[in-house]
Amino acid sequence: MKLITTPNLDRHDAFYAELLEAHRGLSEAESQALNARLILILANHVGDLDTLREALELAAEG
Amino acid sequence: MPQTPKTYPYSRPAGLDAPEPRHGVVIVGAGPVGLTMALDLAGRGVPTVLLEENDRVGAGSRAICWTRHSLEIFDRVGIADKVLAAGTPWQIGRTSFGDDEVFIEDFGRDPGDRMPPYLNLQQYHVEEFLIEAALENPLVDLRLRNKVIGADPAPDGVELTVKTPDGLYTLSADYVLACDGFRSALRTMLDLEFDGEMFEERFLVADIEMEADFPPERWFWFNPSFHDGQSAMLHRQGGNVYRLDLQLARGASAREEVKPERVIPRIEQVVGPDFELDWVSVYTFQCRRLGDFVHGRVIFLGDAAHVVAPFGARAGNGGLRDVDNLGWKLAAVLDGRAPAGLLDSYNRERVQAADENLKQALRATRFMSPRPGIETLFRDQVLALAVKAEFAQGWVNPGRLAVPCVYDSHGADDPALPQATRPGAVAPDAPQGAGWLVPALGREVTLLAINCAPPAGLQVPVIRPEVNETLRRRYLGDADRALYLIRPDQVIAARWLDADARDVSAALRALWEGRG
Ligand SMILES: Cc1cc2nc3c(=O)[nH]c(=O)nc-3n(C[C@H](O)[C@H](O)[C@H](O)COP(=O)(O)OP(=O)(O)OC[C@H]3O[C@@H](n4cnc5c(N)ncnc54)[C@H](O)[C@@H]3O)c2cc1C
Repeated sequence: MKLITTPNLDRHDAFYAELLEAHRGLSEAESQALNARLILILANHVGDLDTLREALELAAEG
Repeated sequence: MPQTPKTYPYSRPAGLDAPEPRHGVVIVGAGPVGLTMALDLAGRGVPTVLLEENDRVGAGSRAICWTRHSLEIFDRVGIADKVLAAGTPWQIGRTSFGDDEVFIEDFGRDPGDRMPPYLNLQQYHVEEFLIEAALENPLVDLRLRNKVIGADPAPDGVELTVKTPDGLYTLSADYVLACDGFRSALRTMLDLEFDGEMFEERFLVADIEMEADFPPERWFWFNPSFHDGQSAMLHRQGGNVYRLDLQLARGASAREEVKPERVIPRIEQVVGPDFELDWVSVYTFQCRRLGDFVHGRVIFLGDAAHVVAPFGARAGNGGLRDVDNLGWKLAAVLDGRAPAGLLDSYNRERVQAADENLKQALRATRFMSPRPGIETLFRDQVLALAVKAEFAQGWVNPGRLAVPCVYDSHGADDPALPQATRPGAVAPDAPQGAGWLVPALGREVTLLAINCAPPAGLQVPVIRPEVNETLRRRYLGDADRALYLIRPDQVIAARWLDADARDVSAALRALWEGRG
């Protein structure tokens, strides 16, 4: 297991608020596009296909 | 001047008047694959009968982009000099989103290679060179206007029924090589199915002639202002002929789109009014292959075995590598040097290569014409980011250009040697005095003994190459010596830092038995 699933982001409440803030006032389509860009940017930052596969699996469990 | 398809003469085959003796190899289809196959086998002393229903080379440029390795294969069958003289080498690809350039790829020209990384030349020129070589070769019995209309396979051979302008005759052969293209009649006669995906996506492809001094670069656009919502590609070929590919909207009628009154205004938007339209056609995206390429004594090659979506130059180049893989194996089986099981390795290796091509072509297709909804969303966001963030440029997929597949191999290996020349890979070139390594490898299995003496008592031709910067970089890395066993199709079979005669003999046995 390479994906970190234990707490790893210390100011997570702040991030959550900023994530919602970034979507404020956006249409459904704009929000979708923002999310897509964010996933692509973060995937590049993670930079490891095995980790990303584990993330995809966890996300797919819903 | 538009292509004027050359025609070649038909002559009445002997089989119409008296039964012909059984042939070793009959090839069906004289496209680039069948023609190269006949010449390759002739080079190994194997005579062939090559049956072709037409009497002229195909119309239009079709496969235009030939890889370095395909040029090396053309060299083995004797047409590389003509191809190099007529074609346009290139190394730069530019990709734009809308009217902004998002990324440039440089495939580089390494002075260590005789051949350029890619060269563009219309398929009809390649076919002309191949036909001329075939007509001159006494071991190739090229029979034009000979159409195969029936095949009766038996365990030890195949009987073909052939239709000519003078009537029908039959031919029997130990092996039939089906090089009869994507509508392969032999596939149908053997009741075999293509598996895979057909897409709605189609590209309108056009050859246009113009006096323009566009650099010889591959220009690819997503959503250009001149072709809204679709993709387009412009690429120079041999002479003043350019190839323009325009994606068609879903549901567009191909028959309408190829009409000059529709096509010409579209092309004018890209290149202006001063051009002549030579040829226009529609190319449908497909990614399909036969489950197996060897069916008893019938062996499938080229488009008859697999078809891929364009943009990556995978169709024409893949077919040539089928030929290169099969030729030496079939010649060895026919003269008893190798067991028939060697042909199974053709199936194994070329199915692996076809799957790699299909995977790459599918990915490019998904990127070029994403399905509505989430696929389009991600595609468009990759393009949007590519303008701003460097990382996303590499994610833009205008078709990854073909590089030869590295076959899965269990050949002896030493991890101290460079990764790129591992067993299963194509042996790269290196300058050798006034000549080159790849042509020196010839048509036989060769042992390359670098900075060392080969083990004594082996019956295999040895080359002791000049060790220069390229050879060291490609074959030695940090090691000071190495032995490479190279197959007749330029594929590395095994390599060692040190080996004795027993090691090399074991590798030779594995090679002739087709154990990867
Ligand atoms: C419009 C178009 C655009 C293309 N663009 C590209 C591209 O950009 N890049 C790329 O790599 N590829 C491209 N291709 C594909 C490329 O042309 C093929 O991959 C290539 O021609 C395959 O060569 P082949 O020898 O396997 O088959 P073919 O060239 O199809 O040759 C098969 C031959 O068999 C003959 N034949 C068929 N049935 C019989 C029979 N029953 N008896 C006797 N003879 C028979 C045919 O007359 C033909 O000469 C394009 C194809 C088309 C149609």
